[in-house]
Amino acid sequence: MSEEIVLYHGNGGEGTKELINEILKNFDNDILRKLNDSAILNLKDKLAFTTDSYVISPQFFNGGDIGKLSVYGTVNDLAVCGAKPLFLSLSFIIEEGFLFSDFKKILQSIKEASDECDIKIVTGDTKVVEKGKGDKIFINTSGIGIIENENRDLSKRKIEKGDLVIINGGIGEHGISIMLERLGIKVDEKIKSDLAPLDKLILPLLDKFKGVKFLRDPTRGGVATVLNEIANKFNYEIEIWEEELPIKNWVKEASNILGIDPLYAANEGKVIIIASKNEGEDILKFIKQNRLAVDSKIIGELKNDGNKVYLKTEIGTRRIVDTLKRDILPRIC
Amino acid sequence: MMIKEKAEELVNLINKISKKERNLMEFCGTHTHEIFRYGIRQLLPKNINLLSGPGCPVCVTSQRDIDYLITLVEKEDFGVITFGDLLNVPGSSGSLNKLRLKGKEIRVIYSPLESIKIAKENRNKKYILIGIGFETTAPSIAYTIIKTKEEKLENLFFLSLHKLTPPAMKAILDMGEIRIDGIIGPGHVSTIIGRKGWLDLFNEYKIPFVITGFKPLEILYGLYKLIEIIEKNEKQLINAYPSSVSEDGNKKALELINQVFMIDDAEWRGLGILKKSGLKINEKYKNLDIKSYYDYKIETKEIPGCKCGEVLRGIFKPTDCQLFGKLCRPDNPVGPCMVSQEGTCSAFYLYGGENE
Repeated sequence: MSEEIVLYHGNGGEGTKELINEILKNFDNDILRKLNDSAILNLKDKLAFTTDSYVISPQFFNGGDIGKLSVYGTVNDLAVCGAKPLFLSLSFIIEEGFLFSDFKKILQSIKEASDECDIKIVTGDTKVVEKGKGDKIFINTSGIGIIENENRDLSKRKIEKGDLVIINGGIGEHGISIMLERLGIKVDEKIKSDLAPLDKLILPLLDKFKGVKFLRDPTRGGVATVLNEIANKFNYEIEIWEEELPIKNWVKEASNILGIDPLYAANEGKVIIIASKNEGEDILKFIKQNRLAVDSKIIGELKNDGNKVYLKTEIGTRRIVDTLKRDILPRIC
Repeated sequence: MMIKEKAEELVNLINKISKKERNLMEFCGTHTHEIFRYGIRQLLPKNINLLSGPGCPVCVTSQRDIDYLITLVEKEDFGVITFGDLLNVPGSSGSLNKLRLKGKEIRVIYSPLESIKIAKENRNKKYILIGIGFETTAPSIAYTIIKTKEEKLENLFFLSLHKLTPPAMKAILDMGEIRIDGIIGPGHVSTIIGRKGWLDLFNEYKIPFVITGFKPLEILYGLYKLIEIIEKNEKQLINAYPSSVSEDGNKKALELINQVFMIDDAEWRGLGILKKSGLKINEKYKNLDIKSYYDYKIETKEIPGCKCGEVLRGIFKPTDCQLFGKLCRPDNPVGPCMVSQEGTCSAFYLYGGENE
């Protein structure tokens, strides 16, 4: 086998077969094995269906790689809708010259991640594009999950004044650590992406508490963006409390230097939970037993009618937390 | 004691000593940003007005310099290496970002030394690194220039838009458009130039001056000391940020500046040409100075309606500008004060201004 993936691997002939066999080796299952043009699935429950594309650079980073990200990211989008992840599509767009050895590492990662989440890869595609027409490798995954019971169906829950905002741990770790890696700043082990699958945290939570009213994973745009979306969607003013925000010291220090507010930095293993006032503390106690949520905190509450997000600062003042209005760029002074 | 209680204590002290209406001006974009981000204005008595001076490097860059840069990149085949803030600053026509969308190579960096790596990896392409900022960023650009010469790199050039803070402060005080009772001295600039760097200005104007840090409690403490000396009518130059600022400043950084740059007149947005207020690349490094190769005469057009100049001089609040929040927003900036994170208009817009 050649060292690099080249256009030959995308020509539909022998080269493509070689590439596909490499993929199939990792993901054998009864549905995929048939290699039909479409996967035929038998489902009867209420479905959730989502898609996402992953274009991260660098492809391998502290805390994960693009392969794991492409599985967990889609699994998390299903889980926050109360769906148990079942099936995944997997498509690659590979830039000519990408190393086969790196591709194999990514496949191995995807295999591990999909096994961990019990999600079956049932259909997929590969394309190879000319050098300069991509950035090494892009992955698209779509996921199908089922909402197995009434408790996991959030669509009818009523958001109210006084509801609490909970997050399952440190804010901004994915975005800030990736930024540091891109800058070539040598980082030690503790500085890493928070990338993690949330299904095993979220689904048991929904089974146990009716007071969970809304869930969203604060990925691109960060916590600030998701809270603004929630404020707008439900027409409540949200106040968060600076003192309560779980932000690790390295995130604080690095974001100071980079001039980036961690509230706007991406997370890949976090979920924002809107919980009823009554059950908030119990929910917190419950999720803290999960290793992905030991640093969970109640960080704010839904206040009056409105559609804006405010931060109560550590010195007791209040200011607006707006949606992201520009690219995240470094400060120069 | 919690931060909140310490803050309350300082605010109580300020309330106790503050009597008359006072105008205090900060000369650092980071102060502007942090004062808004922490909502510090909400804590102060109504008779204390905080004014933002020309402390944001992108904002004070003249229209002519931006236009020069855009003309250069349009006409010549240079790749541009820049800090991100400059990307969206509008020139008379277009911006670096618009040129990037047209296919020009514009690279955003965090550390100027990255430019050497880029130039080495792409020896067939010529690059310009834009040096922008005050005394704080000039040393690292100076170091990059020295390294470029040492390594005999032939495809990396520099455009120095660096400016000096004391001359701008002097200009604002000379203009006398607004009464300034005291100065919140810039902590970062002072770290480089030391308390000593302000002595000439202080001796000339005898204005109360407190060098201040950037954490919320440091800002409140700086304000407290400033209001205190104003009310006691004591003309003092106080260093209230001794954890970072020394009497003499950072000698190594100052040496780097002196080694590479010479002091020259410079054009500031809103202030015009100020004598001895800029840093030009000196004779020894002249062959790395892009201006020694391309010296266009640039006719600039003012941006219609934009009041950045007035905002930078402290005589207009952003909300006094008709474009603010309507035509001019962070996602569609008309003037530079809305582009930079440290710009007064941007801070007003993002953090709710004084209403919140």
